Amino acid sequence: MQPTSSKKTPLTFDTIAPGQGLAAALKKSRADIIGEVSASNLRGRGGAGFPTGTKWNLAAAAQGQDGGAKYVVCNADEGEPGTFKDRVLLLEYTDLVFEGMTIAARAIGATKGILYLRGEYVYMRPHLDGVLAARRTAGQLGANILGTTGFTFDIDIRMGAGAYVCGEETALIESLEGHRGEPRNRPPFPVNTGFLGQPTVVNNVETLASVSAILAKGAAWFRAIGTEKSAGFKLFSVSGDCGAPGVYEFPLGITVAALLEKVGGTGAKAVQIGGASGVCVPASEFGRRIAFEDLATGGSIIVFGQGRDMLHVAKNFMEFFVEESCGQCTPCRAGNAKLLEGIEMLERGACSSAYLRELLNLCETMQLASKCGLGQSSPNAFVSIVTHFQDEILGRTAAAH
Amino acid sequence: MLVSQQQKLQDEIRALAARHGRTRAALVPILQDLQVRYASVSDFAMQVVADEVGIHPAEVYGVVSFYAFLHSQPSGRFQIRLCQTISCDLAGKARVARQLENELGIRFGETTPDGRFSLEWASCLGMCDQGPALLVNDRVYTRVSAEQVHRIIDDCRKVFGAHAAQAAHAAHA
Ligand SMILES: Cc1cc2nc3c(=O)[nH]c(=O)nc-3n(C[C@H](O)[C@H](O)[C@H](O)COP(=O)(O)O)c2cc1C
Ligand code: SF4
Ligand code: FES
Repeated sequence: MQPTSSKKTPLTFDTIAPGQGLAAALKKSRADIIGEVSASNLRGRGGAGFPTGTKWNLAAAAQGQDGGAKYVVCNADEGEPGTFKDRVLLLEYTDLVFEGMTIAARAIGATKGILYLRGEYVYMRPHLDGVLAARRTAGQLGANILGTTGFTFDIDIRMGAGAYVCGEETALIESLEGHRGEPRNRPPFPVNTGFLGQPTVVNNVETLASVSAILAKGAAWFRAIGTEKSAGFKLFSVSGDCGAPGVYEFPLGITVAALLEKVGGTGAKAVQIGGASGVCVPASEFGRRIAFEDLATGGSIIVFGQGRDMLHVAKNFMEFFVEESCGQCTPCRAGNAKLLEGIEMLERGACSSAYLRELLNLCETMQLASKCGLGQSSPNAFVSIVTHFQDEILGRTAAAH
Repeated sequence: MLVSQQQKLQDEIRALAARHGRTRAALVPILQDLQVRYASVSDFAMQVVADEVGIHPAEVYGVVSFYAFLHSQPSGRFQIRLCQTISCDLAGKARVARQLENELGIRFGETTPDGRFSLEWASCLGMCDQGPALLVNDRVYTRVSAEQVHRIIDDCRKVFGAHAAQAAHAAHA
């Protein structure tokens, strides 16, 4: 009943000695640090895949108000269903994460860092606080870091309080500022107007750990892994119907079929890629690649075995979104509730195909008109399940399931 | 609430505000500390917090009501949160849920009459490879089976007994 380590393969991070990346970064100019990250083609590991170097460049160029501080925020809200790789990084590769934040701070000229840790992970606090204290003692945080005159940076930990939407970067900032976690309109973007109105870089835990690896081993090394548009290795959180669920590392570009083979999931009926906000891929499409140019994901892979009821899966995802929508905008608040109702009609075998088409139109509206990524992506699973498993979900009778 | 209790709470909130800062950005950390100590944030506490950080109490209420881990109503000393999301669902959370209700004699969303246990649903806890997963306060239990539920609850009862004994001891000392 006690949690065990989730690691199922050795990770490249095992080969990166803590301190190596930061030492290399401090030998470079700020522009060259960003240049290295840009040249690596690293894209955000939190799901959206924004190029990290570009984000840092914008934040480096931005001017703080009244000469105020800039901020580096590590997004450790890890709330996407089926995602748990950041937990492994935070517990087992802690220094690489804090080191990545420190490198980011150096690059953009930030003096303060915040680790925004989901409330569910509060049990990690003693460990994380201990590592921060050790880093201060070692001169890796604080004033004149590792003897670099004028480079002052420290990290605070702030806890989330049980809201998935707070993983969205502007909601996260609202939460840090003491407000309800309701996403903001963008622009302005956090790189210009972030925490307390100051330029702020928000990066995922894995993105920051990858930065440490890239500075340690070089952009060319990283870019040689993966595909042209999706450079590098990536952690995957694998759960559901497979022989060995856990955290795996694969190069981006791996096919669904190849991944299933490694995790003991061959013969699956479907795989959800990207969590509740991702898409459901049927067996006929297992040749597709997991990469930003095909199936993009923050790393959540949920395997569904042959016996699974896909409507039940769609319903579970939709219940999640109804629960987690912040309720700020109508397409998302009302749309998710309407879709859940539709799923319940399908369950009862009481949904005409005309009404199903109406629901699919509603999905399109939600994707276009919702204010943030939650509402924009909440219909994805429903749409893909309805599309691929139509004969399974129409005309149900009570006895069938 | 007794005046002396109110005074004590007020002092405690002032101390928290001094530690976290008297700014709006300190609001959530202050509320989180209160939630841990009192298992809820009362109307009175919200008023004092509002004064300390210089905002209207309605704003504080707006924040408390937004976050699943902050409660304006008293909740149990032990908050049991069972993950209801897909991987734990596939792993058999329904039977664990049923057994939790059976053992505690309450439904999800309720607190036992003695104030010891609250039962709630949670969204994905980040333990999807080891489901069904649940949290008891800040402790994680994984691969929970229906059969193990009573042991988890017994563990809590023992802790509670120990705390009560300690508190009584402290009061007499
Ligand atoms: C509803 C929602 C939830 C999100 N949750 C997370 C999360 O838990 N962790 C994360 O890193 N990014 C999350 N994101 C993405 C962030 O908004 C942001 O893009 C990311 O933190 C940027 O970091 P990256 O570029 O390093 O990936 C979420 C986005 C949305 C719309
Ligand atoms: S899309 Fe949903 S979560 Fe995002 S702002 Fe609108 S209501 Fe809130
Ligand atoms: S689905 Fe239950 S912990 Fe993730």
